[in-house]
Amino acid sequence: MSVVDIPIGPQHPAIKEPLNITCYVDGEHVVGAKLRIGYNHRGIEKAGEYQTYIQNLYIAERICGICGIVHAFCLTQATEDIIGKEIPKRADYIRTIGLELNRIHSHLLWLGVAAHEIGFDTLFMYVWRDREMVMDVIEDFTGNRVTYALMTIGGVRRDIPQEKAERILKVMDLLDEKVRKYKKMCLDERTIRMRCDGVGILRKEDAIALCAVGPTARASGVPFDVRADDPHAAYDEIPFRVVTYDTCDVTARLLVRIDETLESISIVREAIKRMPSGPVRIRVPRVVPTGEGVGRTEAPRGEVIHYVRANGTERPFRWKVRAPTLANLLSIPVMLTSRGDYVVNIADVPITFASIDPCLSCTDRAIRFIDVSSGKSWVWTFSQIKRMYWRD
Amino acid sequence: MPIFGDVLKTAFQKRATLLYPFEKRDVPSDYRGKVEIDYNRCVGCGLCVKDCPAAALELVTLPSGNKKPRYYLARCTFCSQCVESCPRKAIKMTQFYELASYNRRIEVVEPCGISY
Repeated sequence: MSVVDIPIGPQHPAIKEPLNITCYVDGEHVVGAKLRIGYNHRGIEKAGEYQTYIQNLYIAERICGICGIVHAFCLTQATEDIIGKEIPKRADYIRTIGLELNRIHSHLLWLGVAAHEIGFDTLFMYVWRDREMVMDVIEDFTGNRVTYALMTIGGVRRDIPQEKAERILKVMDLLDEKVRKYKKMCLDERTIRMRCDGVGILRKEDAIALCAVGPTARASGVPFDVRADDPHAAYDEIPFRVVTYDTCDVTARLLVRIDETLESISIVREAIKRMPSGPVRIRVPRVVPTGEGVGRTEAPRGEVIHYVRANGTERPFRWKVRAPTLANLLSIPVMLTSRGDYVVNIADVPITFASIDPCLSCTDRAIRFIDVSSGKSWVWTFSQIKRMYWRD
Repeated sequence: MPIFGDVLKTAFQKRATLLYPFEKRDVPSDYRGKVEIDYNRCVGCGLCVKDCPAAALELVTLPSGNKKPRYYLARCTFCSQCVESCPRKAIKMTQFYELASYNRRIEVVEPCGISY
């Protein structure tokens, strides 16, 4: 039988993200896949060049709705790198708590989405119900559920007083118990194991060759975690374990994320216990001196890199963001290709794609068009795009 | 099927959602809701206007010659940067969050203190 192309997306009920996957299908088996991104370009980096550093913090937070603290943290890290001032220790601890609470809520969100993708909506509802606890704690601590506005250049904007710290600890105890229950459920529940075991295999050598990051790499046995490899904030003072699994399939990614949630809970507890007293921010000048800085951290999905070049004014000259999904996207065609004993069914495509926890609104920053067949590349200016696509 | 125990337990629990218009959520004491500007304290320095990432504040000149910020509620992203930038502590965030309206003019707070 001949090979048939099945286009999935950019708008498709099975995939929540605007991305086009063309699956080459032979009967019921997927024998190859091709990805196309670029449906969600928002021009955030360019917008950042017209705004001051303080205003950019709030744009950076809106790069991703789920890991907002991470992007704002990376931008402050890059800017502080240029300014070259030490920030107070207490601010480092509060940043760590913020980043970890963010990770807990992102991983729980993903667990719900994954359960939904395999058709297990009961688990999806339960996980999202329990995720509300951590959302409420974040709201209590930062003032809002989703856009946190916690980070600022030179520290953090909100302190954690004693009574708030106690409330966070109380919720962490409750969540710890719940997450352990979900781990047991994922290991014992036959329906989850049948849908996830041996699906979406990404071998260790492929993960290294394709530069996979975050839980996707760690589920293939690559112990790469920026928190451990290049400690920032307070990660060098708090002991934690880099979770790795070596079954390389969706189950491994599921378990890596659940175990990381448990690790995050223990990091939050430890950070609150060890938090020194003192100021939470220092005043920094509005004008950033000439230079370039890099900020990197481990987002829930993998490594985030922000690069800022300053030219001695209030506005950055260039701001570049590398979101983790961009690094992980390349492994999708490998996961979706049947080879030898490894067979990919069409029904496994949504969960395989969801298993890297894709976030395309962070990723899409296409700046060059390349014609693959001829190798020609070009850039479109705004007026050209307007002429082609805007109809008045 | 380890989930069945949970399903049974949940069936007899209170519901997790609220019946929104009738039951309201409690927000934390330092929640970032609608911005309130105390125009008596404001000296019109324009720092809030400069720092606002969403251009929700605009400096207008009053007939008396003083400059004061005009606040566009529909543009506001509730980041509370203006609260932090204000040297006179004239701006504060309230706990008020039900801000939807049919009339865009209601959502502009004029410096005379009256919103119309």
